[in-house]
Amino acid sequence: MSIRISYYPGCSGKGTSSEYETSTTGVCQALDVDLVEIPDWSCCGSTPAHTVNHVLSSALSARNLTLAEQEGFDTVTTPCPSCLSNLKIAEHKMRKESFREAVNELLDQPYGGGVDTKSVLQVLVENVGLDKVRERVKTPLEGLKVACYYGCIMNRPPEVMDFDDHEHPMAMDNLMEAIGAEVIPFPLKVECCGASFGIPQQNIVTTLSGKLLEVAKGLGVDALVTACPLCQMNLDLRQGQINAAQGTQHSLPIFYFTQLMAKAFDLSDAVQGMKRLIVNPQKALAKIGQADKEIA
Amino acid sequence: MRIGVFICHCGSNIAGTVDCAKVADAAKAFPDVVHAEDTMYACSEPGQQGIIDAIHEKNLTGVVVASCTPRMHEPTFRRAVERAGLNKYMFEMANIREHVSWIGKDKELNTNKAIDLVMMAAEKLRHNAPLMAKKFDINKRVLIIGGGVAGIQAALDCAEGGLEVVLVEKTTSIGGKMAKLDKTFPTVDCSCCILGPKMVDVAQHPNITLYAHAEVEEVNGYIGNFEIRIKQKTTYVDWEKCTGCGLCMEKCPSKKSYDHFNNGVGTTTAINIPFPQAIPKKAKIDAEYCRMFTKGKCGVCAKVCPTGAISFEMTDTEVTENVGAIVAATGYDLFDHAKYPEYGAGKYPDVITSIQYERLMSASGPTSGHIKRPSDGKEPKNVVFIQCVGSRDKSVNRPYCSGFCCMYTAKQAILTKDHIPDSRSFVFYMDIRSPGKDYDEFVRRSIEQYDTQYIRGRVSLIYPQGDKMIVRGADTLAGAQVEVEADLVVLAVGAESAAGAPQLAEKLRISYDSYGFYMESHPKLKPVETNTAGVFLAGACQGPKDIPSSVGQGSAAAAKVLSLFSKDQLESDPQIALVNASRCIGCYKCVETCPFGAVKEEQDRFNNPKARVIETICQGCGVCTVTCPQSAIQLQHFTDNQILAEVKALCPSMMVKN
Amino acid sequence: MPVYDGKELRIVGFLCNWCSYGGADTAGVARFHQATDLRIIRVPCSGRIDPLFILKAFQGGAAGVLVSGCHPRDCHYAEGNYYARRRLELLKRFLPVTGIDPERFEYTWVSASEGPRWQHVVQTFTDRIHKLGPAPLLSEPLTDAEMVEFQRQVEAGRGCGCHI
Repeated sequence: MSIRISYYPGCSGKGTSSEYETSTTGVCQALDVDLVEIPDWSCCGSTPAHTVNHVLSSALSARNLTLAEQEGFDTVTTPCPSCLSNLKIAEHKMRKESFREAVNELLDQPYGGGVDTKSVLQVLVENVGLDKVRERVKTPLEGLKVACYYGCIMNRPPEVMDFDDHEHPMAMDNLMEAIGAEVIPFPLKVECCGASFGIPQQNIVTTLSGKLLEVAKGLGVDALVTACPLCQMNLDLRQGQINAAQGTQHSLPIFYFTQLMAKAFDLSDAVQGMKRLIVNPQKALAKIGQADKEIA
Repeated sequence: MRIGVFICHCGSNIAGTVDCAKVADAAKAFPDVVHAEDTMYACSEPGQQGIIDAIHEKNLTGVVVASCTPRMHEPTFRRAVERAGLNKYMFEMANIREHVSWIGKDKELNTNKAIDLVMMAAEKLRHNAPLMAKKFDINKRVLIIGGGVAGIQAALDCAEGGLEVVLVEKTTSIGGKMAKLDKTFPTVDCSCCILGPKMVDVAQHPNITLYAHAEVEEVNGYIGNFEIRIKQKTTYVDWEKCTGCGLCMEKCPSKKSYDHFNNGVGTTTAINIPFPQAIPKKAKIDAEYCRMFTKGKCGVCAKVCPTGAISFEMTDTEVTENVGAIVAATGYDLFDHAKYPEYGAGKYPDVITSIQYERLMSASGPTSGHIKRPSDGKEPKNVVFIQCVGSRDKSVNRPYCSGFCCMYTAKQAILTKDHIPDSRSFVFYMDIRSPGKDYDEFVRRSIEQYDTQYIRGRVSLIYPQGDKMIVRGADTLAGAQVEVEADLVVLAVGAESAAGAPQLAEKLRISYDSYGFYMESHPKLKPVETNTAGVFLAGACQGPKDIPSSVGQGSAAAAKVLSLFSKDQLESDPQIALVNASRCIGCYKCVETCPFGAVKEEQDRFNNPKARVIETICQGCGVCTVTCPQSAIQLQHFTDNQILAEVKALCPSMMVKN
Repeated sequence: MPVYDGKELRIVGFLCNWCSYGGADTAGVARFHQATDLRIIRVPCSGRIDPLFILKAFQGGAAGVLVSGCHPRDCHYAEGNYYARRRLELLKRFLPVTGIDPERFEYTWVSASEGPRWQHVVQTFTDRIHKLGPAPLLSEPLTDAEMVEFQRQVEAGRGCGCHI
C-alpha cells in the first residue's frame, strides 16, 4: 500500500544538503511513499523571520500549507527539522483566531487550517513502519556502530511536535537497528549543536558540537547519524574548525539517516551523495564491507 | 413542648454588639417558648446550673442556647441538659457570636439577626425528638496492616496494652524500609540495631499473631466487629518446619535471582531469607527464578533441608480473623526514576537510587559495607547526589515534597566521607528542608565539617564519558551552568504511595488523595483517624514521613485503639439515617449513593425489598435522605422537617390575595 | 421577623458543618466584618441539602440563597459534595424555568481554614443580591389593615380566611 503525501523539501535540500534530499526521495520511493512536492513552495520562515516578526514568519509557512491544502492534502512532510518546526508552530499558532486573521491578511489565499506537518522520520516510523523497512533491507549494515543525534528541535516543544519522547527519542535508533546497524545509546542525542551560531559566534558551535563529537568518540562509534541539515553541517563541515579550536583530532563521519537507509536498500544513486560528505566515510563503510571506490 | 431560651452575653463578646435582653424578650413570643432569659456566661459553672435549675423549675422539655458556635460548646450544653434529665438531643444552639456579634458592629441589625437565629433554633427544636445511642459489643482485637516501623510500634503498644494483635505483612519479613537503612539521621545510629530488638519483640510477644508474606483480601463489618479475610501467599516452604538455618541458600544453584531486599544491588538465591535479622527468619522460594519452576528439575533445597520443609506443591491459603479495629500502616514506595530519561532512566549502572546506596553502605549489604560502584566495583571518589527526583516536580505528577530526602542525603554525604575519607560529595538541591529537632544542625554539619558541596540548582542531564558520569546542572546562586565529573550518582528518589494502596483503601472504605496517600479525618486534630470509624492510620501511608513521625503515629494509632477498647461496649452516634420501612419502596438508590456502604438491601417478612441502615457504619452525612424519592430514609436530627422548619422560620410563606 | 427595609434582604445560607460552617466560624474568630443579611442553616454535609430546601426558601420570599460545602476531594464524608455539586448545578440551570433569577442562587466551596475567603464570598454574594433587589412577589401581599381583618376573622372562628 503506497502512501501519497505532500512534500516540502526546504531550502537546504536544494542546496547545502542535497545529498539528504536525494537519499530522502530515494528511500521514500523504495518504500512506496509518493512524495508530491508542493508546487511553487517558498521559504518556511526559518531562523531569522520569527525573531523579527511572528506574523510574517507564520505567513511564510502558512503560504506553503495553503498550497498543500489546495492540492487536497491534509499532511505535509519535510526532512528538515527547522522547516518542520516552523510549519508546525505556524499551524499551532494559527489555531488562535485573531492570529490566523492577522496572518491571512498577508496571504493572497487564506489558510483554512488543519494541515498537519510530519518529519520524514516520523512518516517512516509511524506511517511506513519498521517492519516494512526491515523487509526492504538488501544489505544489512551489520558491524557498523552508530549513535543517533536528533538535535534540539526535532521533538521540542513536545506539546507542538507531538512525536516521540522529547528528552529521550528512540525513533531514529529503532530505524537504524531495523537496517542492521549496531546502535549505541547517545546520551547527548537532544543537546544543542550550536545551530546557526556558526556564523556570528563560531566558538559556541565549536564548543557545543565539540562536546558531541567528544562523547561520541568515547562511545566508540564509527559514525554519527543525524536528521538535520544544520546539525550535519556543524558536525561535518565544521569538524575541522572544531578540531582546530579544541585541539582534537576527530575524524567522525556524519551521515544523514536516509543515507544509511539508502545504503542498506542498495540504492546506488542515493548512495552517490556520500561523496559530498566532508569527513571521509570510507573507514566506517569498510566496517560493513562496503567501502566503495565510487564514493571515494 | 416547653422551651427555655438562654441568651449568653459571653462577657462583652456578644453583649457588646447585641442587645441580649431584647433578644430574650423577643424569644418569649415564639411558639412553645415558656422561659427566656439572658445570662452572663452560659458555659460557666453557674451558667450551666442556671439552665439546669430552669429546666427543673419551669418543667422545660427543650432548651435553646444562643451563644458561640456549636462546634465549640454543643457537647458542653448537651451534657448540661442531660444532667437535668432531658435527652441531650432536645437541645439547639444559635450561633450569635462567630456569626453575629463578631462580624458586624451595627447593634440594631445584629440584635435583629440574633432574634432570627434564635427563632430558627427554637423552630427546629420543636421538631426534635429524643435520640438514644445504641450500645453494642466489641471484639477487642486489632488488625495492623503493614510491618514497617509504624506498624511494629502500633503492634507492640497495642500488645503491651493487653490487646490481641493480628499483624499482616506483605513481604516475608517485617522491618519495612527502616530495616534496609544503614544509619539514621540525625543521630547516625545503626538502623538495624535499633529496629532489630523491636522486631524480635514482635516475634516473641504472646499477644501478637504475625502473618508474613500475606495480604488483606477482604474487609467486612464495621467498628468493633470487622471480619478480615487474609491471603497467606505461598512460600513453597513449610514455615512450621523451617528453622531458618540457611542451608538451602548455600546450596541453591540459581544464584542470579533478583534481590528484592537489596533493591537489585547484587543478586540472591532463588530460595532465600531476605536478610540475617529477618522476622520471621524463614525461607521462601522465588518461583520466577527457581529451577524447579522454570526448568522443571532441580530440587536441591528439598534434598538438603534438614527438616524436610520444602514443598513445591504448596498453594495460597486463606485465614479469617475477627477484629474490632484496624490500623493501616502500609508505608510508601520509592519513586521510579525511569520517568527521568535525562537521568538515564535506569540504564547507567553508576546512577543508583538512595535506597540502593543505603544497601551499598550497609555492613549487612551485598558489599559488606564497602562502597563499590556497580559498574566496575571501584571505590568512588566523587559522589554526586541529586535531590528532588520525583519530588516537587509537576512534570512527573509529584508536586509534593517528600520531606525526608534532604535529611537522608545529608546523612549519606556524611557517611560517604566516613567510608571514603578522600572522597568528595556534591549535592544538587532545590531548597534544603530540614525542620525537626537537630535536623538543620545536622545538615550544617554535613556542609561545614564533612565538606559536602551543596549546589543550588536542578540537574538537566547525566551522561557517561569514559568511566565517569558527567552531571550537568545549573548553579542558580552562581548563575552558571556547571558540570561535575562523578564516579557515582545517587538519586534522592522521593516517596510515593505504596503499590496497591488505593485498592486496600477501597477495601477499608477510607479515602485517599490523588497520589494514593490515605486521608486522615482532620489534617490537624485527627491525624491518625479516618472518616471510617474504627480504622486508623500510622506512618507514611498517610503521607511521606520520617522514622520519628512514623513511630509517633504508630503509638498514636495504638493509643486510639486502646482508648476505643477501654469500654466493653461502644455507643453509636444516633445522628444517623433511619429508614421508615412503611414508606420504603426498595429502590435501593440509597444503597448506591451511600459513600460508606452503610445501607443494606433486605427483605421484610412479606419478602418486600427494604433498605436498612447499619447504625455502626452510617456516618450521618445525609446524602441518602436527599436521594430517597419517598423521603423514607431520614437523617436523624437533620430530617427534612427539621431543616424545613428552619427555612420556614426565615422565609414564611406569605399571605397573598387571590 | 421583619426584614429591615432598605438595609437588609433575606438571604439564606446552607453550610456544611465540617468545612464551610467552620470557615464562617474562622472568619468570625478573626473578626472579618461581613454584611448582616445572611442567616446560616447548618447541615452535616452539602450532600444533605435537598434542592427543594432552596426552592422552599425562594418560595417563602428569600432574595438569595447561598450554599457552601467542602472543596471537592475534601469532603468529610468522602463524596457528599460531589452529589451536592451535581444537584446544585442542575438546580441552577433549572431555576429560570421556575421564574427565579439564577443569579439569586450560588454555591461555592470554602474550607474551615478559609476565613478570608468566606468573608469575600458573603460580601460579594450580598452585594450581588442587593443589586438585584428584593425577591419579586409572586402576588400582591395583604395590606396591614387586611391582615388585621384576616386575623380577626380567624379568631372569630371564620375558618382559614382563604376566601376573604
